[in-house]
Parts: sequence; C-alpha cells; structure tokens
Amino acid sequence: MLTILIFLPLAVSVALAALPRLPDRVVRWTFVAATGVEVMLAGVLWAGFTGPGYGYQVRVPWIPSIGVSYHVGVDGISLPLVAMTAVLFLACAVYSLRQTRRVRGFVALLLFLETTSLGLFAALDLILFFLFLDLSIVGMYFVIAGWGHRDNRRSALTFFLYTFLGSLVLLLGFIGLYLAASPSTFDIVRLAEQRPLAGSPVEGGLVLLAVCLGLAVKTPLVPLHSWLPPAHTDAPAAGSAILAGVLLKMGAYGFVRIAMPVLPEAWRQYAMVFVLLGVTGALYGALVALAQRDLKRMIAYTSVNHMGYLALGVGTAGILAGNTDQARQLAVAGSVTQMVSHGLITGALFLLAGVCYDRAGSYEMDRYGGLAGTAPRFAALVALGAFAALGLPGFSGFIAEFQIFTGSLGAAPVPTALALLGILVTAALFLRALQRVFLGPQRLPLPGVPFPDARPSEVAATVPLLGLALVIGVLPRFLLELVEPGARAVAELVAR
Amino acid sequence: MTRDLLGLLPELCLLAGAACVLLAGLWLPRERQWVVHALATVALLGSAGLALRAAGQGAGAAFDGTYTVDATLHTVRVLAPLATVLVLALSRGVVRGHARETEYATLLLLATLGAVLLAGSGDLLVLAAAYLLASVPLYALAGFGKDAPGTEAALKLALTGALLGIVMLAGTTTLYGLGGATEYQALRTGLAGVPRTAMLAALVAVLAGMLFKAGAVPAHFWVPDATEGSGTGVAAFLTTVPKIGGLAAVYRLVTEAIPGGAGTGILVAVLAAASMTLGNFAAFWQDSVRRLLAYSTISQVGYLLIAPAAAGAALARPALLFYLAGYAVTNLGAFAVVAAYRRAERRTDYTGLFRHDPLLALALVVCLLGLVGTPPTAVFLGKLTVFAAGLDAGLGWLVVLAVLNTVASVFYYLRWIGKLFSSTASGAVVAGADGWARASAVLLAGLTVLLGVGGGVLLRV
Repeated sequence: MLTILIFLPLAVSVALAALPRLPDRVVRWTFVAATGVEVMLAGVLWAGFTGPGYGYQVRVPWIPSIGVSYHVGVDGISLPLVAMTAVLFLACAVYSLRQTRRVRGFVALLLFLETTSLGLFAALDLILFFLFLDLSIVGMYFVIAGWGHRDNRRSALTFFLYTFLGSLVLLLGFIGLYLAASPSTFDIVRLAEQRPLAGSPVEGGLVLLAVCLGLAVKTPLVPLHSWLPPAHTDAPAAGSAILAGVLLKMGAYGFVRIAMPVLPEAWRQYAMVFVLLGVTGALYGALVALAQRDLKRMIAYTSVNHMGYLALGVGTAGILAGNTDQARQLAVAGSVTQMVSHGLITGALFLLAGVCYDRAGSYEMDRYGGLAGTAPRFAALVALGAFAALGLPGFSGFIAEFQIFTGSLGAAPVPTALALLGILVTAALFLRALQRVFLGPQRLPLPGVPFPDARPSEVAATVPLLGLALVIGVLPRFLLELVEPGARAVAELVAR
Repeated sequence: MTRDLLGLLPELCLLAGAACVLLAGLWLPRERQWVVHALATVALLGSAGLALRAAGQGAGAAFDGTYTVDATLHTVRVLAPLATVLVLALSRGVVRGHARETEYATLLLLATLGAVLLAGSGDLLVLAAAYLLASVPLYALAGFGKDAPGTEAALKLALTGALLGIVMLAGTTTLYGLGGATEYQALRTGLAGVPRTAMLAALVAVLAGMLFKAGAVPAHFWVPDATEGSGTGVAAFLTTVPKIGGLAAVYRLVTEAIPGGAGTGILVAVLAAASMTLGNFAAFWQDSVRRLLAYSTISQVGYLLIAPAAAGAALARPALLFYLAGYAVTNLGAFAVVAAYRRAERRTDYTGLFRHDPLLALALVVCLLGLVGTPPTAVFLGKLTVFAAGLDAGLGWLVVLAVLNTVASVFYYLRWIGKLFSSTASGAVVAGADGWARASAVLLAGLTVLLGVGGGVLLRV
C-alpha cells in the first residue's frame, strides 16, 4: 500500500515520458488524476493508521552485505508530511492546468519529484533516505533549469552544488553511523534502538556534525541558506511551491527522524547550538525579508524565518534541564505541525506569487499597486495567505508556533523571547507587502496591460491549501492526535 | 601442469580467440570482415562464461603461486571481456569495412588478455610480462586512425609506457634484491625485516607501471592526449579495460606482496588524493568532451584507489570490485554516446540533443550523473562502499577530500548536461547517430541503473 503510494507517480511519469505524441491537455489532466489518486491513497493510509509506532511497514533486503534494506513505514510524524506532500502536489497539478511550456517533460519531472518526496518521508533506511534526497535534488535542478526564468541556470547550478555537498556530508555521517553500529546496519529503527555512538562523545559529536551539516543545508538553517533565495526566485511557480513546501521539510524531518533518535546523547549535548541557530535564523530571516522589494524573494526569506522556529523547537527538545517531558513533547509536536503548516501556506503563497509573474512578468512589489480594485479575488487569497503565514490565531501557523514557544519557553527563555520578536517583524512585513501591492492608487505594472483576476484553476489550486491551514487552525485535534504520540516517542528517545 | 592450464581456461580462450581472429582475418575478403568481429565477440563471451563457471569453483593458485585465482581475478575475468565486447559494439560504426578491421579486434583481444593477467599476477615477473602484453597492443591501437592526432596519441602512450615500464622493472629488481623472491607470498616474508624506506621506494617504482595502466597521477600525462587523439572506441577501451587490470594489480600488490603496516596505505592514499583532485580541476573548463571524460577518468581512479589505500577494512575488496564494475559500465556508456555522435567533438555540439534524440540524451544524463555518483546508479554504490571502507580504515581526511571532489565534479558534468536541453539543435546532433553505438549507450545506461538497484546480489559474492 505504502509502496504503491510512493511509486505510483513514478510509474505515471515513466508512462508519460514513454508515450509519444500525447496532447498537452491529456497530459495535464493525467497529472491532476494521478496526484488526486495519491491524495486519496494518503487519506486511506491516514484513516487506517493505528499508532503509536510505525504502520504499513515493508522491509525487503536490498543490499544485505552492507545492511541496506528497502524499509518503509509511517508514524505520527511522517504520515502528516506524506499527506501534506500529496495535497500540495495536487494543488500544483491543478495550478499547472494553465502550463503551456513543454508540458510533458514538466509533468513527468514533477511526478518524479512526488515519488522522491513521498519516498523520503516514508524511508526507514538511511540509504533509502539518501537515495530519495539526492534524486529530489536532481529533479528540482531540472525543474529550475528547464522551466525557470531570469537567471535560472545559474540558480539551478548553485542549488545543485550547494545541496549536493550537503547531501554528501550527510552521507559521511550515515557511513559513520553504519560503521559504529554492531552489527553494521543502515536501518533507522535498529540504529535508534542501538544508539551506536552512545558513550563516545568525540565520534558522536563528529557524526552528529556531519549529519546536521547536511540536513541544515537542506532545511536551510542560517548561515547555510544562501542557495535558497535565488533558487526560489528563479524557479517556476509550481517548482517554488514544491521546493518550499516539501523539499525544505526534508532537512527538518531528518532532524526529527534520524539525528534525534539515533544520536540522543550528542543531540542533548549540542542542543543549545540548534536553539541559537534557530533564533538567529528566525530573526535574520524576518529582518532580511522585511528589506526585500521582490515579492518572491520576500516569501523565500520568510521560509528562513519559519525554519528558524522549527530549529528552535527541535533544539529545545534536547535540553533536559528546566524542561518537563510535557514541554519537550510539545516542542517536537510544534515543529512537526510547523512543517505541515508551512508546507501548505508557503506553497499557496508561492503559487499566488506565480500569478503576478504570469500576468505582468515581474515580482517587483513597487511596480504594482491598488490591485485589490482590479483583482479582488486574487487580493483576498493573498491576504488570507499572508495572515496565515504571519501566525494569526485561527490558522495552522499559530497552532505550530504556539506549541513551539510554549514548549521552549521553560528550557530556553531568553532565546524564545527573542524569537517571538520574529513574529512581530513577519507581521509587519506581510502587512507592508499587502499594502504596497493591493492598496493605494491603482498602478498596474504595465500601462495598457490588464491584470485579470484569479482564474478558476488558480483559485482551485490555492483555496484548498489555505482552507486546510484554516481547518488545522480551528480544529487541530485531528492532526494533533496523530502527531502527539509520534512526538512523545521522539521526546522519549531523546531523553534516553 | 595440466590442472594449472585448465584453471587458466578463460585466459586461454582469449588467446585462442586472438589467434583465430587473426588467421580468419587473413582469409576473409574485405567486405566479409565482420565475421572477425563476431568471432572476437564469441571468444570474449566464451571467456567470460568460462570465468563465471570457474568462479563457482572457488579460489586457488596456479603455476606454483605465480598466478592467483581468487574473487578479484574472477571479477576481472568476467568484467574485462564483457567491457571489450561493448567496446567492439560501440566502435562498429567506425571500424566496419576498415582496412585493418581484423587487427583492431586482435589487438583488443590481446590487450584484454593482458589486463586479465595483470589482475591475476601473483609474481613480480608475471606482472611485468602482463604489463607488456596489456600495453604494447594499445600503442598500435592508439595510432589506428593513422592521422596526426592518432600518431601523437600513440607516440605519447608508447613513450610513457616504455619509460614507466622500465621504472617498474627497476622496482621489481630492487624488491627482488631486498626480499629475495619475486613470488608475492615469499616476498612478503622476505621483506619483513628490510629497511622500510628502501622497500617503499621500490614499491613506488613497481606501482609506477600500474599507475600508468590505471591512468592515475603522476602517470596520467598520456590520458587526455591519447583519449582525444585515438578513435572513440579505442579511447573507451583505454580508459576502461586496462584500468580494471591495473587497479586489481595494485590491490593485490599492496595486500599480498608487502608486509602489513609498512605505510603503504598512506602512500596509496596520497596517490589517490592527488589523482582525484588533479583530474577534477583539470576537467573544469574542458570543452572537448573526450578530454573532459579523460580527466574525469583520472579523478575516478582517485576514488578507486581509496580501496587499496584502505586495504585493511573488510569492505575494501568488495568495494573495489564493485566500483570497478560500476565504473566500467558508466564510463563505457558515456563514451558510447560520444561514439554515437561522431561529429560532436565539443560540449557545445551537444546543444539540443534532448529535443532531437531524447532517449540518447537521457542515457547521457544517466551516465554522467552516474559518474557523479547519484543514487541509484552503480557508481553511487561503489562510492558508498569505498567511502565506508576508507572511514573504517581511518582515512577520514581522504574520504572528506573525495566528497569535496565529488561536489566539484558535479560542476563540469552539469555544464555538459545543461547543453542538452536547449531548444535549438547543433549541426552535429542533427546529423544523426550511429546505430550500434546508440544501442550500446542505451543498454549501458540501463545497466548502470540496474547494477545500482540490484547491486546487492553482486556484492554478496
């Protein structure tokens, strides 16, 4: 079942690539159908999941001589991410109904990316995790290089080199774990049981450094974020949405799935580093975003800010002194909720930013003005997205940040208080952006060029994402009931 | 003696094949020379098949231990002939109807035999003889085109080969003088008490010959010129098959002939580091695709040399053998694409290949990303195991260097890949592909992925 969920998009992708001369319309609707089936499959998995622990596990030996197996399974932490991924891809498919440039290749690549993303969140083997991570980099490289705009080739190359270096450092860490375990294995579950480097602080620290460097590049944590703004800005809208919504979560997910359970001792020892990195990222991302004149770059930098909160959450989960079990669990659960919430909201925001570029070929906020008059539906959607992103109560972001801050306050009061300031800055920058683009005198980007309101496919793509963010914000129980047992398990594993 | 000879059936099959091909070629009319290539292919496949059967019978030694039959040799005995079959296939388009079609096949067979013998040598003198057999046919092959670049390639190859061959013989003499034997096992005991510096110096001299075969720094000067100057088929052979034999010989030499803990690990590690770094940085701004692939093979040898450097680790030998197989398939695949578009000499000539021939463009992407080491290709698995062996042997710095090199290498492979997806096609691409080479390229790209996904089966044996 889980395997079907992972590989169905790939199968469709291969079929699309192999069948010649399909009309673009058919290809686009196949994309929607395939991603729709994925959402349904994810829903079935969610409905049938009975935690705690891993469900739907499959384990087949793959390269037994070095302890690699095809081992997949989902728990309360990965299942929400799997579902979020499926939903976001469906949204991108709907949004791409208006795609006209080399449709077949684009759809095939995005479907390929869906397989790598789902596979990564379901992987319970380090090499499998690495495989999907690397393939996602390859897929995204081609999306940016092939369908991006402006300086896209250079951005794609920077993205590839930067994240590939990160992934290889990660691989070194994985090999370190493999060699330290006895019997040697790449299996995440077994490694978490064994804690291979417990009692050797130097090696444990080095392996943690390698693992975390790799994941931090992918997340990205300041100061390893410099690949992100160009990659986001120059990618096509659907590509940016996937990059921000799904690919950025891979690093953060890696912290929760690999670094914390497998190296609890080292994690506890260096937890303060993550807290500080998180606070720095939250504040830095917000302040730099405030200074942007380019709408898409601004959203990209708010991702850095949100990933900062996430790092704060996972960091404080490692601080035992002054932290109750309850608080640690809350911080982890908040981080996971933040991953889901950020995926939905930022995905929607990037798709909406794509609308601007689609109409007027520019992201410069100063070139727009008074759009609320001509495009009210579009304005309402962006406003909704902006309020969701700044963490207004009633949206998923609030739930996530509330959990993170409540969980963190006891263990690291000063950093948490500082990070709270980030929310203030974020609120300011989103409101300012709304004001610049939608209010004020009507000043359309190009004289004589109309700015049509959001089209049905654009509405249909973004409304469900924002709607889900709202549902999670108002009725979070259905998500938290799934996340909390998983978060408790991780918090217990870290405290060992 | 008879039993020894029977143990060498795969090698004898190659030798007999070479003789038959040469004789058959003399009798056949010019337009029927393809029969010769078919015969050569049969001999190569036969040899690989016999080797597979022999692999089931386990390890042993022949001719008083001067020739070692073990897993290393089994692998090379299968790998080298199969690689040569593919070289024959991808160069069909060029060699068909050529005045020296027969010589081409004969020389390839003999060079393959030389590579296999290199891998099996358990004695310094056998190693020297194998070195000559693996090298001399290549000199002739490099100049096969009889044009100016080919002559330069042949000359450069021959001069370097002769020089390093003599250095190697000097090293052999010195090791014999120090250890009182040429057979590896006896040598190892004999060398136990001798001055380390002298022994390492002699070892470096012997290694010189092997490094020449493998195309590793500092014996790499011939690689770019010979790869660019000789035909694509010969270039593919030069950068693949002798390498397999050479690296297997380095591994055997380091693990069997030299007493453990003599500092050979660090020596080979330095060579590996130099090879991967130099090869990579020289490849950076290459516009000629064959030169680019030439430098890329130099860097690949660097990664491969991590295995002999980490000889103490349990994974070292499987890692080396698997990486060799993965490398051979991937490298041949890239060369097959180059052979398919004979007129595309430069990177820019590949502009728009994806539009024109998507399957082949994908094959090239798979092979180039394979050379980078992206999962799930064969080289990734090779790199993974080699890195694991390196870390296990305490060569952390070398593995980190290899990782940095890998990232640097992405740059020039991507520069090539980036060209494929332009919407305008260059003239060289529009001219169309050679059928045999094209089929080989697609087959090899598929094999790269298959070997990566199904590598578990191979690593077990």
